[in-house]
Amino acid sequence: MSRATVIKASRAHPGFVAALVHRLSGLALAIFLPVHFLVLGLALEGEVFSGVIAWTNQPLVKVSEALLVGTLAVHFAGGTRLLAIEFFALERAQAFWISAAFAFGLGFSLLFAMRAF
Amino acid sequence: MSGEKTLGVDIWRGGADGRYQSFEVPARENQTVLDVVTYVQRHLDSALAYRFACRVGVCGSCAMTVNGRPRWTCRTHVSRVAKAGRLTIAPLQNLPLIRDLVTDMTPFFDKWQRARGRFVPGEGPRDQLAPVPPDKPERAAASAAIECINCGVCYSACDVVAWRDDYLGPAALNRAWAAWNDVRDGDRTGILKAVSASGGCHNCHTHQSCAAHCPVSLNPTFSIAGLKRASIKAKLKGELAP
Repeated sequence: MSRATVIKASRAHPGFVAALVHRLSGLALAIFLPVHFLVLGLALEGEVFSGVIAWTNQPLVKVSEALLVGTLAVHFAGGTRLLAIEFFALERAQAFWISAAFAFGLGFSLLFAMRAF
Repeated sequence: MSGEKTLGVDIWRGGADGRYQSFEVPARENQTVLDVVTYVQRHLDSALAYRFACRVGVCGSCAMTVNGRPRWTCRTHVSRVAKAGRLTIAPLQNLPLIRDLVTDMTPFFDKWQRARGRFVPGEGPRDQLAPVPPDKPERAAASAAIECINCGVCYSACDVVAWRDDYLGPAALNRAWAAWNDVRDGDRTGILKAVSASGGCHNCHTHQSCAAHCPVSLNPTFSIAGLKRASIKAKLKGELAP
């Protein structure tokens, strides 16, 4: 066992998890958005666009889309949490902000999934 | 120790390239992690290097990494942190290791100076007391940050300290926030200049590990956020020009 293997326990707290989710959702969005805009751009070329639309009708793609909308919502809520701490000094209600961010993301994602199916 | 209940403890030995050494110590109903380390040093291996002074959570010298988390060992009961009857005790992270459980705290205290966390007298005459009402917002903010015991737990827990050598760290910035809120200080803008340079408060990522681990329940993340707000305001007013 090296010294490094025991560091991680110090990160097991809500603040770090919230920061991690915020980063990862941001990364996921950065990867997804160029593809998303590419598809939007293809809307002008009818044939390719309907092909893509047909592909998005598969259940698995729909689930992933719902997850993506959830990711966007979580990322948005995570950013709001940061602003709340840093600019409005609302640090005392950490647990509330973190759970609200996750609930908002999950709710949004479910709502989208219900509409998709 | 035949028939007596024992506790297994792995303690870091040597420098950065050292290893853990296992010991068996008597398990007591009430014992702190510092008691365990002291038992090992007094009965099993007198060469074990570690630091402590007050044993009651005031001096801040006994912080170590216990089962992966930085803690003040004198106020940490073994029963609350032992996993399956075992303890793993390592030196603090993010500081140069001298030997065994002793780190070199020099970078930590140098950064307190760099963050200008000390009082600079104003121009007023020495015999004139500055009135600071207890309910003044600055006084309340300073009170919330002032009870730091300099133990280095937050510094050891901070990811940004691990990533950047020049980052001042939660403790120094928390101290700077308390100092900035002292309205008697003669150069409050100087504090904002010191903490908004590279490696200062704006490098904080708000992971809040400092607040999660602070043994005296301070919230350095909040203090750093306060410095961010104050320095942004000062910057917009043009007060931070060199």
